[in-house]
Amino acid sequence: MILDLPRFLAAERRYWTELASALDRIESDPSRRPSLDEIKDLHYLYQRASADLARIATFSSEPETRRYLESLVARTYAEIHESREGRRRMNVRRWFAQELPQTFRRHLRAFWLAVAVTLAGCAFGVLALRIDPGAKAVIMPFAGLMESPVQRVAREEHAKKDRLHGVKTTFAAELMTHNTQVAFFTLALGMTWGFGTVVTLFYNGVTLGAVSADYIQSGQSNFLMAWLLPHGATEIPAILLAGQAGFILAGALIGWGTSVPRGQRLRAVSRDVLTLILGISLLLVWAGIIEAFFSQYHEPVIPYALKIAFGTVELTALTLYLGRSGRSTS
Amino acid sequence: MTKARTSSVVIETPEGIAFTLLLASPVTRFLAWIIDFLAIMALDAGLQNALRITGILGADFAQAAGILGYFVLSTGYGIAFEWRLRGQTLGKRVLGLRVMDAQGLRLDFSQIVIRNLLRAIDLLPVFYMVGGLVSVFSRTAQRLGDLAANTIVIRNPKIEQPDLDRLLGGKFNSLLEYQHLAARLRQKATPELAGIALGALLRRDEFEPQARVELFDELAAYVQSLVKFPAEAVENITSEQYVRNTVQILYRGK
Repeated sequence: MILDLPRFLAAERRYWTELASALDRIESDPSRRPSLDEIKDLHYLYQRASADLARIATFSSEPETRRYLESLVARTYAEIHESREGRRRMNVRRWFAQELPQTFRRHLRAFWLAVAVTLAGCAFGVLALRIDPGAKAVIMPFAGLMESPVQRVAREEHAKKDRLHGVKTTFAAELMTHNTQVAFFTLALGMTWGFGTVVTLFYNGVTLGAVSADYIQSGQSNFLMAWLLPHGATEIPAILLAGQAGFILAGALIGWGTSVPRGQRLRAVSRDVLTLILGISLLLVWAGIIEAFFSQYHEPVIPYALKIAFGTVELTALTLYLGRSGRSTS
Repeated sequence: MTKARTSSVVIETPEGIAFTLLLASPVTRFLAWIIDFLAIMALDAGLQNALRITGILGADFAQAAGILGYFVLSTGYGIAFEWRLRGQTLGKRVLGLRVMDAQGLRLDFSQIVIRNLLRAIDLLPVFYMVGGLVSVFSRTAQRLGDLAANTIVIRNPKIEQPDLDRLLGGKFNSLLEYQHLAARLRQKATPELAGIALGALLRRDEFEPQARVELFDELAAYVQSLVKFPAEAVENITSEQYVRNTVQILYRGK
């Protein structure tokens, strides 16, 4: 290609500088929405830089300029060809009232799969404990659950001192961080084609089923409900939502019955997964507070009926929220 | 068919223009992570000290804030920096790396969150073993978090124009007396030769004297093999001056 390079550089450099400045402005504030005129200018400068790159690409003497132009074109391409809705500040009210419940309902099958796996784990835990009560130490490897339910209930109900006195907030923080890590781990294991998510949910189900069976067999159903329901009403759904998000990732990774490339499939679900992550985090913060400040107190401090009623209200509200909220705008 | 591992990703735009993104190696990424890890530790130490000073709020509250603070720092560090610095953490900035969308499009916040949360799996069992193994076998050096978020980590060198005025300014160029030969040189020289000759001139003071003489002799001989200038144009000039004249022809034209 015959090109008068000095003249070409002198003529085009100002457009490249203008494009670089426009990109700097756009990139400096991720939530800023450029005006229509700015977008038109950007598109014009992008086309001009692309054409310049095509002209200079085969020319031997300007490798630095070519690299510079490539970087400009790459940056503008990212801004111009992005088809997902642009960056904007999060509207918390809209997100809470519409986006989270709508996202949950959009992937209902993944949620029911998470429920089914957990229930299968529960059934396994119940059966295992019924067939072999000696397996308790293996199924529930937690020191606090090793004593018999009758002994524990008697100890808790006759406690003279508040064992969490002075450490309640610390306990709540530990619960929040631990449960959130478990939830994120369950979600992340979706990238093992969902296998890891299934294992984690099943194991959680086994523990839950075994603990429940242990207390019910010992005639401590009331204590069990009053102990687990207040925080479990949000903690267990949060883990199920993490399983749902894990299965969404797994579904996009596997890509049954679609010819869309893997990268695009995963990209398509990324915002839904993020929405669920935020929902899970909120639920687990609440669960941590309730478990530390409410669930660990039993009769006579707090009547069981009150705790069970509280948990039932929470579970009903959560079910209604996820099932109904934002329906009119979906 | 197995896909060979590459060191770059070429993205072709709908306008028919192709640009290249250079992929970061797993080793460089690991070094960037070490810098980030040290930064998190430093920030956490600062936070814990601040909480100790404000201990009047109560030991229980301070301890809880410490636990939550570390959790938020370790989880949110990568998310916050990559969002505000457009794909860079402190470690990535120091080593000139950047997270990009795998298709070269704008990085979305959800992608940043997912790739950072999946670090929990990539870190297993220790020192990024899972993530390292996956990225070694990935064609585009993606760890699990990158695969899930559809992101890649690229080398992001700072690109500057060479200062040709300082390099070439004001010296007589005997080769330019023969414009038709200069035009032929421009035609025959490859981009690689132009880059090597310019690079050699820019870094000439870094070479040992003997190596400098040998390098410019070799370059001058190669240029002469492409286009032969008359003896009067090249006599009494050193190989380095010959290469300097060549670069002026290639970059300036006149």
